[in-house]
Amino acid sequence: MGQITLQGVQKSFGPVHIIKGADLDIADGSFVVFVGPSGCGKTTLLRLIAGLEDVSGGKILIDGKNVVDTPPAKRGLSMVFQSYALYPHMSVRGNIGFGLKMAGLPKEEINRKVEAAAATLNLTPYLDRKPRELSGGQRQRVAIGRAIVREPKAFLFDEPLSNLDAALRVQMRIEVTRLQKQLGTTAIYVTHDQVEAMTMADKIVVLNGGKIEQYGSPLELYERPANLFVAGFIGSPKMNFVTGELAKQQGAATIGVRPEHLKIERDGAGGWQGTIAVAEHLGSDTFLYVDAGSLGMLTARYIGELSLHAGDRVSLVPDPARIHRFDDGGKALRS
Amino acid sequence: MARMATTRRVAISTAAAWLFGFLIFFPILWMVLASFKTELEAFAIPPSFLFFHWTTENYATVQERSDYFHHAMNSVIIAGGSTLIALLIAIPAAWSMAFSPTKRTKDILLWMLSTKMMPPVGVLVPIYLIYKSFGLLDSRIGLVFILCLGNLPIVIWMLFTYFKEIPRDILEAARMDGATIGRELVYVLTPMAIPGLASTLLLNLILAWNEAFWTLNLSTSNAAPLTTFIASYSSPEGLFWAKLSAASTLAIAPILVLGWFSQKQLVRGLTFGAVK
Repeated sequence: MGQITLQGVQKSFGPVHIIKGADLDIADGSFVVFVGPSGCGKTTLLRLIAGLEDVSGGKILIDGKNVVDTPPAKRGLSMVFQSYALYPHMSVRGNIGFGLKMAGLPKEEINRKVEAAAATLNLTPYLDRKPRELSGGQRQRVAIGRAIVREPKAFLFDEPLSNLDAALRVQMRIEVTRLQKQLGTTAIYVTHDQVEAMTMADKIVVLNGGKIEQYGSPLELYERPANLFVAGFIGSPKMNFVTGELAKQQGAATIGVRPEHLKIERDGAGGWQGTIAVAEHLGSDTFLYVDAGSLGMLTARYIGELSLHAGDRVSLVPDPARIHRFDDGGKALRS
Repeated sequence: MARMATTRRVAISTAAAWLFGFLIFFPILWMVLASFKTELEAFAIPPSFLFFHWTTENYATVQERSDYFHHAMNSVIIAGGSTLIALLIAIPAAWSMAFSPTKRTKDILLWMLSTKMMPPVGVLVPIYLIYKSFGLLDSRIGLVFILCLGNLPIVIWMLFTYFKEIPRDILEAARMDGATIGRELVYVLTPMAIPGLASTLLLNLILAWNEAFWTLNLSTSNAAPLTTFIASYSSPEGLFWAKLSAASTLAIAPILVLGWFSQKQLVRGLTFGAVK
């Protein structure tokens, strides 16, 4: 079991409030991603759950038991650090087995479990090497091995892939997701990369300035963002926002349209007119950055290749069903 | 062409390095050579470098006149004892300052260092009087105590910087893995800090071994270490260069041998963290 509940969790460092009251329900076996800009408190929240920081207020329940006064090791969680945090003087075997050794398991059992974990992570040939003799991806796998071998109630991942190069990151992303599904263990994963969040999560927690802005499945966040912040943060390229007269006509202070929901017309008279400032041709997609005068810069995405270039005039027609409306305070308006 | 220039440059810089090393080493070499000369040859002008009458009589005289092993044993006890006690105090101090610093940690560190800025002679009279009233003059324990206190700031500073280099994440990982503070210390921190601990120990040993101000002023015979032993061959009996050299050679030999065998460890420790 690994059900984690936060009730009014707060954290301040002196006069600075980092976490301003977080409430969250994480179901057993789910993969939850904390995402947000740097300094939003996502890592702090993870460290509070881990027990590496003490809460200033509120409760953290693991399987219904309040653990705020329980030391990290007794919470039954394991953590994968951004810097891998491997013990440099121990072999891969020693690193993976350290937690089991601390738990006082007999040697044969430790060996059996370490070897099983190593086999899952393709680390068997490296068991007797030291961390410095491994590549970045292998080190990260050792760190994951150290986490899974203890069969914890939940895994905590603190931006574990951010030190890897792009190709390896995508590969590890898939491996981590597959492993989590295979083990069925609850996972909390911190990242600032919203693509990682969208692809890995069962549910995403969007954090901003120490507050939870929205908690929901990736598609829920994409289709029904609760506010301007979530609308702008989730989705790549970013959602276009338009204020003023056009928004007022829709009964809102701001309206938002995602780049993929703008129809691009070459000589259309309707829609939002503008001149292409930059055109990016990726083959699979075409991104147009359009200077639309008083509306500002708008981004449009076309699936496939579209032979338009900088300087061409276009008109962008928003899909009426896909227009998001927000009030003065930035909250989403639902009709 | 370019290759030749590089070879020449390497040759010149190698020669320069050897010359510089020789210059630094020369006084020690000269001292060792003088210890094998007769008193007359020792201050002869022009000096003879290698072609003199080699003799070991100075060593015999020195051992005859004063008990080398008595002083050497004092040196071992005083340097070793003060180093061990300093480490025992400094490890927890540096540990707590490195891993749970408070607002005042920096101030405390600076305050400790500031005690080294004062010349020891400034407190000689009060310390002497205190030692006199406590009966600590010319006692090994008194010298262990004063040298330990004198080197403590440096030991704490060195250990503090080594501990600081150990990534916090690793200690947190150990804590997540269920290690108690004691086990964290034994299994994770100490093995990672060994190079730093070793070089601190060695440096402090060398400093304490060579310390002459307090040992000369607070000891006469019973507790006198090798520094006092050397000094006894200077002014009071006139300048006996050859015997003084023999005494000095005997005094520095143990620490020189120790330094030679641990130079790898010393260099590694002193440059620890400089290159990641």
